[in-house]
Amino acid sequence: MTFGVRGVGLRYGSVQALAAVDLDLPPGEVRVVVGGDGAGKTTLLGIVAGALAPAEGAVRRPAAARIGYLPASSGVYPDLSVAENLRFVQAAYGARGPEVAERRRMLLERAGLLAVEGRLGGELSGGMRQKLGVIRAMLHRPDLLVLDEPTTGVDPLSRRDLWWLIAHAAAEGSAVLVATTYVDEAERATALLLLDHGRAAASGAPDAVIAAMPGTLMVGDAGPDPAEAAFAWRRGRAWRLWRPDGSLRAGAGWRAVAPDLQDAVTVALLRGEMAARQGGAA
Amino acid sequence: MWAMIVKEFLQLRRDRRTLAMMVVLPLMLLVIFGYAASFDVSRISTVVVGPGAKAFGRQIASPLHLVGTDPRGDLATARSDLQDGTADVAFITGGARTVVLVNGADLFTARAAETAVARLTAAQASPARLMAEIQTVLPPGTTLSLLEPKPPRVDVLYNPGLKTALVMVPGLAGVILVFIGTLIASLGVVRERQAGTLEQLAVMPLSPWDVLIGKIAPYFIVAAVDLTLVLGVGMWLFGVPMHGSWILLILGALLFLFVTLSIGVLVSSVSQNQGQAIQLAMMTVLPQILLSGLIFPLASMAAGVRWIAYLLPLTYFVQISRGVMLMGQPLPDLWQPFLYLAALGAVVVTVATLRFRRLLNPAPGGGAARRSRTGAGTRS
Repeated sequence: MTFGVRGVGLRYGSVQALAAVDLDLPPGEVRVVVGGDGAGKTTLLGIVAGALAPAEGAVRRPAAARIGYLPASSGVYPDLSVAENLRFVQAAYGARGPEVAERRRMLLERAGLLAVEGRLGGELSGGMRQKLGVIRAMLHRPDLLVLDEPTTGVDPLSRRDLWWLIAHAAAEGSAVLVATTYVDEAERATALLLLDHGRAAASGAPDAVIAAMPGTLMVGDAGPDPAEAAFAWRRGRAWRLWRPDGSLRAGAGWRAVAPDLQDAVTVALLRGEMAARQGGAA
Repeated sequence: MWAMIVKEFLQLRRDRRTLAMMVVLPLMLLVIFGYAASFDVSRISTVVVGPGAKAFGRQIASPLHLVGTDPRGDLATARSDLQDGTADVAFITGGARTVVLVNGADLFTARAAETAVARLTAAQASPARLMAEIQTVLPPGTTLSLLEPKPPRVDVLYNPGLKTALVMVPGLAGVILVFIGTLIASLGVVRERQAGTLEQLAVMPLSPWDVLIGKIAPYFIVAAVDLTLVLGVGMWLFGVPMHGSWILLILGALLFLFVTLSIGVLVSSVSQNQGQAIQLAMMTVLPQILLSGLIFPLASMAAGVRWIAYLLPLTYFVQISRGVMLMGQPLPDLWQPFLYLAALGAVVVTVATLRFRRLLNPAPGGGAARRSRTGAGTRS
């Protein structure tokens, strides 16, 4: 069964946190939600996991006992040890037996946490805490695994471990939804959803999102003209310039370049800004 | 539910400071309150001024305690003695009638002084003394016979020595449980909210009842140990008697504890942070201490305030603990406080369960994630 949401929306007072969002979560696949701060990622994940109820739209999700959820705060009890945190989750989900104990040991070992099983949650490093949070969420082999920014603020090696856990959960058959602010992580997903101010700015497989990018992309060493500054951004040492009308920029040092996912996401956000400005002007 | 209970126990065990506070504080409070909370006034500083000061001073008896006589003093001198704290009572002799000044700023001393002065006056006007005075003015040889009535015999039941501690300790056990139970339980849910773990509880397969009972259970056991300690020490140190049934007292105490802890958890579920929770908990604790009948009798409260007392669980626990321990009352005499306590418990637990349901099963636009947006690390 494919889980997901159709046309969900939610307001916090006067703020439209989420509007008319669709998302499919098929089993065995990783879907990534990308977006900046305040884009609506946590709201969407809370709705999918059942921590929030949408004001409009429909949600398809399994029973609570078949959902694994990592909130943005990692959900780890600071005054319980790693082992006690996991035992609580096991008991709450009714996951018992030698097979679960073996699975716990395997996941802890793979995440590099086996040696710190007795350490308190509050004494773990940020990366360790996030890894423990993900293991807590996937220990009972959920049908739907929802992870809210598991890799934010985590070092590259811990990010590698975290993505191993995420891929492992999908390989076991879970439908996995991951929120992130890192576009490169979206490239690992079967499909991504780009959120901007609560609305879907782009969605689909990473290649499809890149292919759907309108206009042309230039790369150059010098800065852009002030008139075009709104469509330019720095990446590494070079500048990137997007021309919505598909024209090429004349001048030395500028050349057309094939966009990647990061470019496509940046352009989708720029288009959102343009639309908002035009809407405001109108 | 078992998972929640074990988790809460583990967390309480880790919180050594709170645990120590829950065991040591009640005993400390009992000893301090038991000795300090006394309405018995045994020494009232007294001065006598005016021409007859020396002779009058010799008649001053306990609890009035003569601290000075001044035959040349007058009303102004006596007022000055009360003003500067030298004395709480001043007799001014030498006028048409003796005037007594009493310091009303200290209520209990003033009341005791009134009684002592009345007793002194009665002694001065006793029938024997009157007869002796009348005899001096009668012609010699006249015999005066007076039928002197026997004074009534007063038997004080349940607390013959009228000791404050005997009346206070059974109620103090309740005060201590209110302090410990409400204050500490009030931090239970708010800690989850601040640690950002409430959202996870919300999506776990736990019912509101599981979470409520899980939160209460460890404190319930610690508070039950506290109650045993407080009553044991109270009986040993202050000689509080136990005239009634232990089973009845334990039943009343367990019921009271359940209500108190549920109030604490309810307070916690409506608070956004620990500071708010403590403030709210104090707002439920203070009226209980002042209005439960522990210090001020319910009968002397204005009707507009007395109804508040009837909404407070401590009111009923004070009646139960005093009734059982001091008066040996059986259940037929105590069914009312038991019934009201149970009714209060039913209301509080229902509200707490509904509140937990709202917290854990979100309505549109609400839910644990929404309500903890101010909590640690939550992003939108």
